[in-house]
Amino acid sequence: MMSSLDRFSSNKAPAVDTAVVNSPAIRVQQLCRHYRMGETLIRAVDGVNLEVRAGEFIALLGSSGSGKSSVLNLIAGLDRPTSGSVIVHERDLAQLSREELAHYRLHTVGMVFQSFNLIASMTLAENVELPMRFAEVDRAKRDSLANDALTRVGLKERKNHRPSELSGGEQQRAALARALINRPQLLLADEPTGNLDSHTGTEIMNMIREFNQQLGMTVVMVTHERALAERYAQRLIFLADGKLVGNESNSAGATGKDYARTETERP
Amino acid sequence: MKLPDLTELALRNLRESLLRNSLTTIGISVGVASLVAMLSLGIGLQQLASRRLMKSGLFDTVVVTSRRDLRNFGREEERSGPAPAESRILDEPTRQEIERLPNVSEAYPDIRFITELRYEDKPHLTMVAALPMSAKSNDAFETVQGQFFSSDVAPEAILQKAFAEELLGKTPKPGIDETKVAELAAPLMGKELTMRYAQRETAKSASSTAAGDKSTSGDQSVSGATYSVVSREQKLKIVGVADLDPESMRGPTRARVFLPLGLAESLHVMQPTDLREISRAASDQPVYSSVNVRVKNPGQVQKVEDAVKKMGFNTFSILDASKSIQQFFKVLDVFLGIFGSLALAVAFIGIVNTLVMAILERRREIGIMKAIGASDGDIRKLFFAEAGAMGLLGGIVGVALGWAIGQVINVGTNIYLKSQSFPAEHFWSVPWWLVAFALAFSFFVSLAAGLYPARRAARLDPVQALRYE
Repeated sequence: MMSSLDRFSSNKAPAVDTAVVNSPAIRVQQLCRHYRMGETLIRAVDGVNLEVRAGEFIALLGSSGSGKSSVLNLIAGLDRPTSGSVIVHERDLAQLSREELAHYRLHTVGMVFQSFNLIASMTLAENVELPMRFAEVDRAKRDSLANDALTRVGLKERKNHRPSELSGGEQQRAALARALINRPQLLLADEPTGNLDSHTGTEIMNMIREFNQQLGMTVVMVTHERALAERYAQRLIFLADGKLVGNESNSAGATGKDYARTETERP
Repeated sequence: MKLPDLTELALRNLRESLLRNSLTTIGISVGVASLVAMLSLGIGLQQLASRRLMKSGLFDTVVVTSRRDLRNFGREEERSGPAPAESRILDEPTRQEIERLPNVSEAYPDIRFITELRYEDKPHLTMVAALPMSAKSNDAFETVQGQFFSSDVAPEAILQKAFAEELLGKTPKPGIDETKVAELAAPLMGKELTMRYAQRETAKSASSTAAGDKSTSGDQSVSGATYSVVSREQKLKIVGVADLDPESMRGPTRARVFLPLGLAESLHVMQPTDLREISRAASDQPVYSSVNVRVKNPGQVQKVEDAVKKMGFNTFSILDASKSIQQFFKVLDVFLGIFGSLALAVAFIGIVNTLVMAILERRREIGIMKAIGASDGDIRKLFFAEAGAMGLLGGIVGVALGWAIGQVINVGTNIYLKSQSFPAEHFWSVPWWLVAFALAFSFFVSLAAGLYPARRAARLDPVQALRYE
């Protein structure tokens, strides 16, 4: 795995510009996202302030409906805030046009989801190279980069398989390869191990941590498993009813104990 | 996204729901096929009609008549220009003047008269017409049995088929084919005909000054120009039998016996105009009831007509007739096109339906694409590409189908025509521009059908789309 990471970093510039390493990569200010559902106003995100340093690994924790996924979607540029701002690398997402926002998602953000979200009709290789099609990368370059990415996550042999022919862990590895293919600075993970058993979950989490530590990628992970967050994240952000209710540093996350061992203690 | 990628993804997506997309594409094909079939039929019929007119050799001919010829009174042309009595006379100098006009290859008088011909001492009354030597190249005389006149003044005659039958005492039957014409020609070839005719002769006492133009006005006495009519005979050798229908619309060929023009002119046969133009009938200059003007190419017919009209004559060309025919076919084409397009309109709705269904089905996929960086434009283009691919595919299949339908109708109609002993005709024509038009039309109609679905797909909210299972 290390060697494949080396390859990843060698054929590109460092994921994070050294000049902005110590400035906040993500600045969330008075962020609100309200929905109207019939008569009632739902405050999914309600005045959240948050700063994430470049290269930091944070976890957003909370029960379902706490607004953690909504915050992630706002950072990902998939959604627009009702008020407040999300500033990523000094760019306010609220000010971007739809086109610019798509460009931001394409080049700055990589996303992984609980349900993998691979396109069922495409092979793994095609799934992985899809973002490069949107980025209009040449076909020859695309093929070799997709090949490299799949080799990196150990799926070279399965590149012509369709997602339905793979296990959950394999699908999530392919999704990781896809998230990293355009070399983003942010990796946003929405319950990445939610559909996986503990062993494969560990595998995926270790990969994410490697991307964080060796490529300096900023990672924001949404989870409802505190134990998982404590194993890997350097900081834990707690949300409830759309509000930020806790912000704890987690020194254990930096060293990273083996997740699999403690997983068995889970209820 | 680049075009090859778009195309590839679009085709992949089309393959994913093969049945539905195939059915939609077949719908487009049927629409295009009906459009092509309808328009080809219209074009084919138009070409058939034009071909028929071209064969007449009249497409490049302008018939010039004097305004003084009041037999055609009431025609539109006569309302403009000089009054009949003041207008010019169509005589030999005028004919030469017309012949000198640009784009005119030939102007020859239309000499025709009804007279008696004797064959083996039996009299036959018929219409005789003069033909210039240039008529040899006319398609109308292509099927002549025997040969054309040996010279412009040779005492020779070409007979029309029906007249040949009359001479041989055969009763005409419907459905006579060409071998029959050859049979008719064989016993007649080289035989002699005796033509009796009325020759106009200038009287000896006539004064040569009578040639003056308007000298007769106000003069009660005989102006000194007199002529006599003498009965004469001319022996003619039968050199050919033409397979021409005398009732068909072929001006100079509306006769049963043809003479060389030079010979006919030298005979000074009494013409109806001689009586009408009594004031100068005694002049040495022949006066014609009409002059046929052959134009170098059919495109210049209008120009020549205008020039001749300016000289103060009435003109008629097949262009006048073909104009109204063309107008009829334009209207026919429009109607056939509308009916053809109706099927395509149904196909249009089919595409919209298929793509809207595809959006619902691929909602999540669209959400994923947006989440990993697809712009609204990428999604829109993708749906456009799918619509366009269906349109193009449907167009290709449709053109082929339309062509095949045309062939079937062509063959079928010709089998029927043959059974009715008519010659085979080509009703069906699919010109290359129609193929290109049909493909482009189908493509753009499909793109238009993709407009709404593509827009809807592009505006899809990725967060909701991703939540959709």
